[in-house]
Amino acid sequence: MSSATIPPQFEIVDRPLDTQMTISMGPQHPSTHGVLRLELVLDGEMVVKATPDIGYLHTGMEKLFEYKKYQQGIVITDRMDYLNPLGNNLAYVMAAEKLLGLEIPERAQTIRVLMCELQRIASHLVWLGTHALDIGAMTVFFYCFREREKILNMIEAASGGRLTPSYFRIGGLMMDLPAGFENRCKQFLDNFTKAVDEFHKLLSGNRIFQKRTQGIGPISAEDAIDWGLSGPCLRGSGVGLDIRRANPYCGYENYDFEVPTEPDGDVWARYMVRMREMKESHKISVQALARLKPGSVKADAPKVVLPDREAMKSHMDALIHHFLIVAEGFDVPAGEVYHPIESSKGELGCYIRSDGGPKPSRVHFRGPSFVNLSVLPVMSEGEMVADIVAIIGSLDIVLGEIDR
Amino acid sequence: MQSPLLTALQSEHPEWFSEVITAFGETTFVVPREHLVGACSFLKTWPESRFDFLADICGADRGIEEEPRFEVNYHLFSTTKYHRIRLKVVLNEDDVHVPSVTAVWRTANWHERETFDLFGVIFDGHPDLRRILLPDDWQGHALRKDFPLRGYEPYSLK
Repeated sequence: MSSATIPPQFEIVDRPLDTQMTISMGPQHPSTHGVLRLELVLDGEMVVKATPDIGYLHTGMEKLFEYKKYQQGIVITDRMDYLNPLGNNLAYVMAAEKLLGLEIPERAQTIRVLMCELQRIASHLVWLGTHALDIGAMTVFFYCFREREKILNMIEAASGGRLTPSYFRIGGLMMDLPAGFENRCKQFLDNFTKAVDEFHKLLSGNRIFQKRTQGIGPISAEDAIDWGLSGPCLRGSGVGLDIRRANPYCGYENYDFEVPTEPDGDVWARYMVRMREMKESHKISVQALARLKPGSVKADAPKVVLPDREAMKSHMDALIHHFLIVAEGFDVPAGEVYHPIESSKGELGCYIRSDGGPKPSRVHFRGPSFVNLSVLPVMSEGEMVADIVAIIGSLDIVLGEIDR
Repeated sequence: MQSPLLTALQSEHPEWFSEVITAFGETTFVVPREHLVGACSFLKTWPESRFDFLADICGADRGIEEEPRFEVNYHLFSTTKYHRIRLKVVLNEDDVHVPSVTAVWRTANWHERETFDLFGVIFDGHPDLRRILLPDDWQGHALRKDFPLRGYEPYSLK
């Protein structure tokens, strides 16, 4: 039918009503991934303006740090980005180690890399499952959580906690890996690439998923840098920035991995970056596992690192150090440091300011989700209401880290 | 950040940096607040530094008796040269005003709102300076050292 046959009153127009309506999305909306509230100004189904309202989960963690000893602070960090607790542990303990000037043994470094990469995979799996679920693909969720469960079981075996491991301590690790861990990990890694291919089969070729993600919520590379995007969101705009490469820590410079980038900057690009990143994390994990050599997992700093249980039973000084560290803590030299790491969401920076003494004067976390969410109004302007859900999913936000 | 760059900067704009601290492998420039925006936009575009990425802004309270009491730290990063630097502005308690850098990096928007919310530092020229984490009718600034850990009274919406 040619357009000439349509009477003028039935012609398709972009803004049919030309009236605006303000609605509140969240804080209980399931696709806002926690307690995010969005104030949407709509024109029909088109978003004119989106204003995020955060703070519903604010628990004053940064204030609490100032009242806790350094080693007690580790437990608080678990609860920030609860999908990536080992990453938070790492940023915090490495900042404290920078102040203390501790040398971490090789084995502890390798285990840190291994555990962080497993955690990154687990975090991406939650993202993938929920992102697909938001868009309407339910099956992916079960496949993702099946794999994630295996990782959480491994983290539990190592640390005793599934979601709140507190496995990294100032000066090394809580304890060495348990017997049989390496075999278990190897078994998981052997099958994981197959699982990623399965996710691709389920989702990447799905025409609905493609239509819902391609060209949605685009952001250019210049805008992304100016808005402080980091992690997969930045790499989805074609900027190959990864803190593991830019400012290597824990010996990441010795691992062979790619930094995946996609040029388009839309939801689909961010999806593809994370999918490829899971394979890279797998690659790093395999290398780390191969590099594990016997050795100590704690730094040689008896006044900071808790002694082994066995040493306490036979050595007087070990018992005294244990008592003093637990009862009084350890003094940290005055000064300030900022330590960035690449968490699963982007640049996770920990700023610690010490005035000396066993408690920090100020601890601040640069949460990647906090900054990534601030871009939402820019990305969602002019999109449809239903696309907001896809855009939020592609940012991979965790409200625990945003509100702190 | 390499030291030749540091000396070049200091000789070119000595008025920008009242103090340079190098500790724990990090460089901190203490910037008088009237030069903050100028220094930031220069550092962002100067080919030697290219600090195009504002990683973080965080306030700090040095203590109730300290003078100057507050400080605001800007953590800059270069996405091409991969180096980092910290700019620091120190503030007296009776005059907690800092020029906003939202015109230099748009990401500063939420960081400055957070610092305003928790420390009461006022960023002049900020387009939308509201509380961000705490409720709009909250009294006081929670991360100040004289604010008690458990607050003054149980909070309830008015």
